[in-house]
Amino acid sequence: MTTRDTVASGLQPPDAPAGWVRRGVVLGLAALGWAGALLVNEPVWDRVVYQWAGLSAATRLGSAVHFFLADTVKITLLLIGIIFAVTVLRSFITLERTRALLGGRREGVGNVMAAGLGVATPFCSCSAVPAFIGFVAAGVPLGVTLSFLIASPLVNEVAVVLLYGLFGFKIAALYVTSGLIIAIGAGWLLGRMRLERYVEGFVFTTTLRGQPVPSGTVLSFGDRMRLGGEEVATILRKIWPFLLAGITLGAIIHGWMPEAFFVRYAGSDNPFAPLVAVAIGVPLYSNAAGILPLIEALHAKGLATGTLLAFMMSTVALSLPEMILLRRVLKPPLLAIFTAVVAAAILATGYLFNAIL
Amino acid sequence: MLIKILGPGCANCAALEHATHTALAQLGWQATVEHVTDYATIAGYGVMSTPALVVDEQVLLTGRVPQVEQLADLLAARAPQQPSGSAHA
Repeated sequence: MTTRDTVASGLQPPDAPAGWVRRGVVLGLAALGWAGALLVNEPVWDRVVYQWAGLSAATRLGSAVHFFLADTVKITLLLIGIIFAVTVLRSFITLERTRALLGGRREGVGNVMAAGLGVATPFCSCSAVPAFIGFVAAGVPLGVTLSFLIASPLVNEVAVVLLYGLFGFKIAALYVTSGLIIAIGAGWLLGRMRLERYVEGFVFTTTLRGQPVPSGTVLSFGDRMRLGGEEVATILRKIWPFLLAGITLGAIIHGWMPEAFFVRYAGSDNPFAPLVAVAIGVPLYSNAAGILPLIEALHAKGLATGTLLAFMMSTVALSLPEMILLRRVLKPPLLAIFTAVVAAAILATGYLFNAIL
Repeated sequence: MLIKILGPGCANCAALEHATHTALAQLGWQATVEHVTDYATIAGYGVMSTPALVVDEQVLLTGRVPQVEQLADLLAARAPQQPSGSAHA
């Protein structure tokens, strides 16, 4: 008896065709309700804030309150839909399968694949260390593994869909493209630098035994739906303080901060703006959902797009908590080089976009 | 039956450990439940996404926390001829 048989018989009841129709209808109705709520969000708050509450759109208080309420609901709705859909889709991919795809790849092609898979594979920062060990011990080159570790938080589905929802297609596409290029380029460069001696020795001596259960293949439809729901709850519970802080800051900037102030100090003609943005963003930890309301408000005040994207990327891709985790497998010199290379790549992206946009 | 929960100490690892204890109680089984937090040991099982459930050195689950009922099914299927000596008399 194989492990897989055991799990399948334990977890997967057979699916009846009639059940699929009902599930399809329920999912379709839920999607329609979700899209409808997103559509009426803005007009509803227009009415509530500007008519029922009697605030004027021209006043600072009025526009700040409207920004806060409309953005809170909009971002929460976007997050629920995105996280649910992505979690369900991702339950078909596992880290084990990704590693099998990357094993034996050469650098170059491997870096490109790793960056792409970093986006698609379910991954949480608490798995960063076991995943790192698992990849390297299985023979995936160090640079390719780092490409995966950079792409995974940087080009994250929540960030991309929120960027699309708040800023439109062009900015979201720019973000994805540049994020992938950073992950591929930085991983390739780090791989070329022959830094294996700065990886903690136990990583290479770890022997992998056993055949892990391919957990993605034994889930039933109900399991996947439940996973989606749980992930929405987990992420919202984790990020709501960031989200509220971000939206509040955004609302204050939206209502009270004079545009001239930002354009003067952080507009596209200040050559130091991206540098300062990255320097602030690297140690800072937030996720995309918390940082985006802030970015949205700053964008409306005329801050340069490259500066803003660089700030956002450095916040989500590099952070102190992540470095502390990675310290378990990377020695300080490698950790420092890793941080410097990724920060430099983000900085270059910021300058590039400020120059061409 | 020796059960190990693999995980560096995140919230999900604690949730899996709790669910395992509940499932064992449902089955009326006695088993040793260990929590393994050492990264090298976790990786040694070939596990990359935590938490993971290991029963008698066999990895049964990785990367998620199942419902208690599923866990109980999983454990029951794992040891179909559970000797009566280890069940509650």
